[in-house]
Amino acid sequence: MSDYNFAYLDEQTKRMIRRAILKGIAVPGYQVPFASREMPMPYGWGTGGVQVSAACLMPEDVLKVIDQGADDTTNAVSIRKFFEKTAEVAVTEKTREATVIQTRHRIPEELLTEGQILVYQVPIPEPLRFLEPRETETRKMHALEEYGLMHVKLYEDIAKHGHIATSYAYPVKVEGRYVMDPSPIPKFDNPKMEMAAIQLFGAGREQRIYAVPPYTKVVSLDFEDHPFDPSKANHPCDLCGAEHTYLDEVIIDDDGGRMFVCSDTDYCAERQATGHRGRLSPSQDLEKAAE
Amino acid sequence: MYVAVKGGERAIDNAHAWLAEERRGDVTVAELTVPQIREQLALAVNRVMTEGSLYDPDLAALAIKQSRGDLIEAIFLIRAYRTTLPRIGHSHPVETDKMACDRRVSATFKDVPGGQVLGPTFDYTHRLLDFKLMAEGEVPEAAVADPRLEPTPHVTSFLNKEGLIQSEAAGDEIPPDLTREPLELPANRALRLQALTRGDEGFILSMAYSTQRGYGNSHAFVGELRIGKVAVEMDIPELGFAIEIGEVELTECETVNKFAGSKVEPPQFTRGYGLTFGQTERKAISMALVDRSLRSKELGVEVSNSPAHDEEFVLYHCDNIQATGFLEHIKLPHYVDFQSEMELVRKMRVEIASASAKEAAE
Repeated sequence: MSDYNFAYLDEQTKRMIRRAILKGIAVPGYQVPFASREMPMPYGWGTGGVQVSAACLMPEDVLKVIDQGADDTTNAVSIRKFFEKTAEVAVTEKTREATVIQTRHRIPEELLTEGQILVYQVPIPEPLRFLEPRETETRKMHALEEYGLMHVKLYEDIAKHGHIATSYAYPVKVEGRYVMDPSPIPKFDNPKMEMAAIQLFGAGREQRIYAVPPYTKVVSLDFEDHPFDPSKANHPCDLCGAEHTYLDEVIIDDDGGRMFVCSDTDYCAERQATGHRGRLSPSQDLEKAAE
Repeated sequence: MYVAVKGGERAIDNAHAWLAEERRGDVTVAELTVPQIREQLALAVNRVMTEGSLYDPDLAALAIKQSRGDLIEAIFLIRAYRTTLPRIGHSHPVETDKMACDRRVSATFKDVPGGQVLGPTFDYTHRLLDFKLMAEGEVPEAAVADPRLEPTPHVTSFLNKEGLIQSEAAGDEIPPDLTREPLELPANRALRLQALTRGDEGFILSMAYSTQRGYGNSHAFVGELRIGKVAVEMDIPELGFAIEIGEVELTECETVNKFAGSKVEPPQFTRGYGLTFGQTERKAISMALVDRSLRSKELGVEVSNSPAHDEEFVLYHCDNIQATGFLEHIKLPHYVDFQSEMELVRKMRVEIASASAKEAAE
């Protein structure tokens, strides 16, 4: 791909994006407008995340890309190939080895460390969007720290359903100031957002970048009498036995039989490699057969 | 284990190979060439250039071939290519009154200086399938008139002389570039026009149509519609003066709308403006209507809740590449979020069931 610059974008564009990232880090949770470019994949496929990753990548970086927690989902494969081709960086599926991780809809189970960057793909960066469709209004609301509408919405949920009826893209308050959309990660992942790594959020179509610097306070919105509950399926993983991970529910036969497996494929594979077993582990069957 | 959405690399490679085969179609049928598309599907090429924001008929034709005739996909290919090109500068404003007009009509006057020129239009054709075209018929040569050498004045300039139409102040301000700056609201008119030119033809058409049907009522006349080539001039720093670097074909539409006057303005006509690449007159007329509609606030006309009066609604939703991307992305896997929704729905169902069981027991 010698016709394109390193990591596809030209240097001026990368500089523009890096400035937006720096501003985002300086004002945690604030949505910084940036001149998003058309990328060679469609809007909605992670163009914001791809631009942020392109602006962060250095030749010595090691890149991991996940979608729904998995390295082998089609779009994760496609984005990983894109950077292999345009930046020729090393890629990995190991969370621990990666310096830049681009993700859609999940935070890896393994704790991230200093020096790592987690890049989120964001469809709708505005947490207030479904309460107020106008960008001109929501920007004002953020400027004035006017978040009453959001609390009313959460309260109405409780009044109507007995619960806050938001299970993903659950709003958070960053460092006591900006209410932020954590992207559509399940609320199970929200507590992990107070981490040692840098978290960057890119929304290409909506032309916004925002950030959570390391060790920043990230609080999921709730009420004293209805505390935040990071729930998940009430099962252990059927492959590695983990009881503390986010699980996918997989339908395995025509009679509606199902199994639960870690959505983080790397984490699950590593647990299995170190001898952890679940209800349906193939090796368990072998062991049984051997008995 | 079920892995339908975890296709991975091989599935993608195979899908691309199949796609390439489908694009080519039956190999016993001759392959379509890029020049054939450029010459014989010119109106599709024009649309791709307009909404792709790149004047290059060959590349637009290539994009149409590559996209199997899906014009939004072709526009996307052009946009993705365009964004990698460096922006080396900007031209002088093109002088459309010096346009060599292939077509020029005014609906507001029976005749105008410079004449009414129908040009190559579908307007008065009968929409009957021409079965002769099934057998690649050659066409007889069309009659040729002497080209008009002097400039063709704009129809609105006649109204302007009488003070009947609101005058447009000339400005030296360099317009913002939507492809290099994020869209920020309120947008000035130059930026709005840029967004409308790039906007989806179908969307702009429907917005314009809605104003005609009473959603933000404003009756427009086509003051003038002209199509033809104009010279593009650019300052070359090394030379110290402007030279002509090429020419582009444009469609320009100016609409005239009645305006009853306000506290500070006497009754007069107001303008809407549309400018697009190539012959794309449906788009240019639609754009002029929507432009006029979005000017309501600055003209001091009543602003309704109608979509076409709402700058934010129109500008945020007119781009078909953004729209189609976001719409179609819902076919990507969303099972993690869906899982969390299932947990929540199950939990709420259990609670409701136990509550009603308790009620029944009481």
